[in-house]
Amino acid sequence: MATLELSLDETATAPAKRGRRLGTLFWVAIGWMLLVFAVAILADVLPLPSPTDMDMLERRAPFSVEHWLGTDGLGRDELARLIYGARISLIVGLCAPVIGLVFGGALGMLAGYFRGRFESIVVGSMDVLLAFPPLILALAVTAYLGQSIFNLTCILGVLGIPAFMRVARASTLTLARREFVIAAQALGASHARILLRELLPNVLLPLLAFFLLGVAVTIVVEGALSFLGLGVPPPISSWGSMIGEGRESLDVAPRLAFIPAIAMFLTVLSFNLIGDTMRALTDPRQGAL
Amino acid sequence: MSGALLSVEDVAVDLPTPRGNLRAVDHVDLVVGAGKTLGIVGESGCGKTMLSRAILQLLPKKAKLSGRVMFDGQDLPALSAEKLRKLRGRSLAVVFQDPMTSLNPVLTIGTQLTETMQEHLELDLANARQRAIELLAAVGIPAPEQRLSQYPHQLSGGMRQRVAIAVALSCEPKLLIADEPTTALDVTIQAQILDLLAREQQRRHMAMIIITHDLGVVAGRTDEVAVMYAGRVVERAPTPSLFKQMRMPYTEALLAALPKLDAAPHTPLPAISGRPPDPTRPLKGCSFSPRCRYSAGRCGTEKPHLSAAEAPDHLYACFHPIAAGANA
Amino acid sequence: MMLQAVSDPLLKVENLVVEYSVGGKTIHAVSDVSLDIARGETLGLVGESGCGKSTLGRAVLQLRQAVSGKVLFDGHDLTELRGEALRRMRRRVQLIFQDPIASLNPRRRIGDIVAEPLVIAGVKDPEERRQRVNEVLSAVGLDPALVSGRLPHEFSGGQCQRICIARALVLNPEFVICDEPVSALDVSIRAQILNLLEEMKTRYGLTLLFIAHDLAVVKAVSDRVAVMYLGRLCEVGPSEQLFARPAHPYTALLIEAIPVPDPDVRPTQSIPVGEPPSPIAPPSGCRFRTRCPRADARCSSEVPELRLVAPGQLAACHHPLI
Repeated sequence: MATLELSLDETATAPAKRGRRLGTLFWVAIGWMLLVFAVAILADVLPLPSPTDMDMLERRAPFSVEHWLGTDGLGRDELARLIYGARISLIVGLCAPVIGLVFGGALGMLAGYFRGRFESIVVGSMDVLLAFPPLILALAVTAYLGQSIFNLTCILGVLGIPAFMRVARASTLTLARREFVIAAQALGASHARILLRELLPNVLLPLLAFFLLGVAVTIVVEGALSFLGLGVPPPISSWGSMIGEGRESLDVAPRLAFIPAIAMFLTVLSFNLIGDTMRALTDPRQGAL
Repeated sequence: MSGALLSVEDVAVDLPTPRGNLRAVDHVDLVVGAGKTLGIVGESGCGKTMLSRAILQLLPKKAKLSGRVMFDGQDLPALSAEKLRKLRGRSLAVVFQDPMTSLNPVLTIGTQLTETMQEHLELDLANARQRAIELLAAVGIPAPEQRLSQYPHQLSGGMRQRVAIAVALSCEPKLLIADEPTTALDVTIQAQILDLLAREQQRRHMAMIIITHDLGVVAGRTDEVAVMYAGRVVERAPTPSLFKQMRMPYTEALLAALPKLDAAPHTPLPAISGRPPDPTRPLKGCSFSPRCRYSAGRCGTEKPHLSAAEAPDHLYACFHPIAAGANA
Repeated sequence: MMLQAVSDPLLKVENLVVEYSVGGKTIHAVSDVSLDIARGETLGLVGESGCGKSTLGRAVLQLRQAVSGKVLFDGHDLTELRGEALRRMRRRVQLIFQDPIASLNPRRRIGDIVAEPLVIAGVKDPEERRQRVNEVLSAVGLDPALVSGRLPHEFSGGQCQRICIARALVLNPEFVICDEPVSALDVSIRAQILNLLEEMKTRYGLTLLFIAHDLAVVKAVSDRVAVMYLGRLCEVGPSEQLFARPAHPYTALLIEAIPVPDPDVRPTQSIPVGEPPSPIAPPSGCRFRTRCPRADARCSSEVPELRLVAPGQLAACHHPLI
């Protein structure tokens, strides 16, 4: 019986080398992210003026050697505020989706795997959460618990749970019907093992891609909430609150609104670009050819 | 070449892939006479589907086609998109493997049938409807009038394939290309659909190309068979002589690897070892040589050409063909 | 009704009924099926798509809940086992699927996939696991050093099926259910895998339930063949005998419909038109009667029981061909 035919060369040629063709746009996005993260982390050691020191004599000062990006309506250094604002935007933007990822992802996987009544309850309660107006929730929470970065992160995180749940449940539903999951069941694997070993690695990727999108959306929503005065309490700056404050002087110094807006735009765009590229890269191909 | 309805001359199809250029079809010549049936047999990835797409001018956008495809006196690659569209609906029809994807799920069967006829045959709605009912009856669909208002998902797989055949036949094509028409169907339904195709082909005197991976499907139902391997036609002959006096070792191995109904259980099958070569890394010699038991000498260094040695209509591409009559 | 009693059965399916609902409608997937499989034998199970043959295979493994009936494996009723006891029994029964690529987790390495059953079974020593994995990978014709570290998408369908077979064999099972193991493969690869299954059967002393829609493939590997139509068994018998002299008209139809690679065998035009009815509302009496040339009034009122028509051959038909 000539079944032992697998020769060296055929498996050796099988894997195709990927990567290398990531495109300049991807690297520009990575570069921008690195820059934003670096200055946000190193804000305290950078030779920056304090972001909260007011200088009423130099209100809305133009670009200068002393103030690279000028000063805002209260004479605070715009560059310092932008960099310290990046901290807040990134902390909220990264932490809130983590809450959604962990809770939504777990709920979605369990719902998609076990189905039945548990799924109905999870999906139903998520629909209730989705139907709840987010602004009212934010208002209610800040009214009772006060304005703080922690509260803001929690609100945005909880609001993100339904979306993560849906992504996790949808991929689990399709994966749970795949034969490798049935194969694991047939082998006598426990539910926990199937969820962690067979399903999680496959669900994690779409979730992580969605996470990057979630970061982008959260930064924008945090901006919107801060713009409305529901975000971080002053005098702490975030990009959203900076845009909100800059609104008052749009006619005389439009840069005060536009500079944080551009920073936010570039950051969100970078997150989306990186997310898309990562998803395309890590997608396991279904066949050898 | 008198009476040739379709002639494929030196056609090659190249597809760019991330792993390099993939030559899906490698210099293929084929001729189909009016009213004749050609079977194209090969395993997945041998280029048979790309070849049919090249004939239909429905290749992927990135694909590069060279060579000539002459159909009914016209060079298809040179035709305008508008002329091609007219031709495809009218005289060049196709039936795909999966009728669920070739029929539009949101249109009724009646609409799909009558629209083509109204456009290509310039029939009015009443006449087109009448003809649609006749066609559905001809392809063996019970209660054809009621079917007109149904959607594809309301029919079984076999019935959908019958509808797809009715759509293909609606404008009396001169050539019907059936690309794995029965692969998605059960055996009893497969036999019915193949019978239906054969019957309609004879009645309408149209030419037909049946593309399949199953030698059993083409055996009793074609005039000529072309066997493809790694993008090339490796043997082409009238059906009886292909099965009686096959010369190409690949054809022989393919036939031998099929489980036989008259063999005793647990008889080991003469399997073809290995697998087809990677199409992005073409071999220098004969593509089948690494798996061929007759391979020797120049097989690994030189490509054999498709040529006729003894009989003018029996072509094969092999340096060490099986002796004539050896397997009769 | 143990007419088909074989000596020393490893698996006994008794009056198994499997139903499930899709969109509020009940699908009668398996209706009152009884089967015996002797130790060391290969039983082929054929039928068209939707006839319930795959559901039967999965119900044996308790991957589908049975409505009623028993599945006796080596004397233990699997339908009554739960939790750990069921998991332990499952290790003695393995499953091979139709789509080899889909049945391998795309994100895990081959070495881990094949070792997984050992991990689940509680083999703690990684060295012992590695040795066992290497052993089965070599047995199915793959070089362990080359394949262990790779991901499933780097392999062709035939190679993936070899990996699936290795995974199924790593725990030394007694019984393997092969659910259409070659229908997704090309002709030239199909023969390799069929030969490999035969080789593995001898080498590991397996008992096989071989589910397929292709009669020629089933005949090539089976000692006995069971034919299923719309959830019921039509006919069971030794494979050569069944193919030479089918008793049930449906078996005869299936045999006739196989395309033969011989230009002299003119395709018969006698295949009756028609398709299997829906398993949601199967016909009364004999389920094949709507397509059967021999059907009469009795066939619509009375369900035919499996009865002996020849030595070892049973058919469920009021008007058998023999």
